[in-house]
Amino acid sequence: MNGRVPGGYVEHMRIRTLFFATYRDLAGAEALDIDLPTGATAGDLVARLRQRGRLAALPSEPALAVNEEYAPLSTGLSDGDEVALLPPVAGG
Amino acid sequence: MTGVPSDFTPAESLRYARHLVLPEIGPAGQAKLKAARVLVVGAGGLGSPVSLYLAAAGVGTLGLVDFDDVDASNLQRQVLYGESDLGRPKLEAARERLRDLNPHIDLVLHHARLTSGNALDIIGGYDIVVDGTDNFPTRYLVNDACVLLGKRNVYGSILKFEGQVSVFGGGDDAPCYRCLFRQPPPPGLVPSCAEGGVLGVLPGIIGTLQALETIKLITGVGTTLIGRLLLFDGMALKFREMKLRRNPECPVCGDDPTVTGLIDYEEFCGLKAEAGVDGEATDEIGAGELKGRLDAGDPIELVDVREPFEWGMANLEEYGARLIPMNQIPDRLEELDPAREIVLICRSGSRSMQVTRYLRSRGYERARNLRGGVLAWGEEVDPSFPRY
Repeated sequence: MNGRVPGGYVEHMRIRTLFFATYRDLAGAEALDIDLPTGATAGDLVARLRQRGRLAALPSEPALAVNEEYAPLSTGLSDGDEVALLPPVAGG
Repeated sequence: MTGVPSDFTPAESLRYARHLVLPEIGPAGQAKLKAARVLVVGAGGLGSPVSLYLAAAGVGTLGLVDFDDVDASNLQRQVLYGESDLGRPKLEAARERLRDLNPHIDLVLHHARLTSGNALDIIGGYDIVVDGTDNFPTRYLVNDACVLLGKRNVYGSILKFEGQVSVFGGGDDAPCYRCLFRQPPPPGLVPSCAEGGVLGVLPGIIGTLQALETIKLITGVGTTLIGRLLLFDGMALKFREMKLRRNPECPVCGDDPTVTGLIDYEEFCGLKAEAGVDGEATDEIGAGELKGRLDAGDPIELVDVREPFEWGMANLEEYGARLIPMNQIPDRLEELDPAREIVLICRSGSRSMQVTRYLRSRGYERARNLRGGVLAWGEEVDPSFPRY
């Protein structure tokens, strides 16, 4: 999809972002659609999320999966990708 | 009965009849179960169903590690125990229950906290480890010990209405817990079940999945969760799974590991107090010492960083304590005087330690943590203080 930004038009992509357990509490939702410029990485998505209210408490390098596969933060994203943020949970 | 190995007594053959009739298990699988040695770390919410089902299934040697006593707040989910067990050591109560459930297996009880000092010795005697612990330091300890010893680690963890299950380590290029969670979360970000709560049936669901995976590993049937993380959401009743891969750069199971022995996991998880020159923690105060100084009239400001419902159960208001829940601290700093001596309080001393560090990093040099939280206050100062 296209989005208007200062200085011209930039290709955008929409990333479906899923939250579990403690991250869901921070996000206040189980899923958010986040728009990012084309070429953004999973790390860029995390940086964007950390600017949103309580999601500032998200670790800078959380475990995550892109399209249901564990992925490093350097992973490039594509329009329509689903990113799941995997929270550490210790209860037993 | 034909095909039953001679090392099964008639009583055992009758007991395991529904396994023996399954072609995938049968006498050969039941013999593998009998020969198996499984260690369950933590005899709590997860350890209860795990040990009950593995004992019932006929796992020949079942070890349990725990150091705790049965508390009334356990009974909502820890189905190994009953009202008559309150106050008893968990392992004593577990032995009676499991012995009654299946007298044909060997139970090995390790009345201890699993530490870097004893983990390799304890785990070394088993084939498979089931992780039912309730804190991050012990989870990293179990993971690292299993990787170092080449043991499978059947992982499960729970909070509120959600759980995770996987099978880590033990070779075959299986990823480990550190491949998934390379760094522990900052202390206080992730509540424990005591702080955040847990629906009682949840450990039943996750623990029985751990028992299932353990039985599959032993008998060699089916497809286990090696290389997959299963996420369970009880509210939506959804299972999701994520593919995992061993990380070649993992500090423990990677190609060039930097962790080649057990470390100090409290320190690794940021839970260790800052030590002064004399070795005493400078940023912590014990419950007894705090009581003495309050009684002497020392001007100490007590700040309780727990949640309002916790404050409602019991608090130190009579000593002037006030409530500022942890997540409100950054917005309410102006209410705190950097020149004063401040003692931070929570349930166990974990959240308040994080707040202590936070305040100290912002110039509150006299901020200190109540070591062990109100639990320690209840043990050392006021036995009538409710435990929860």
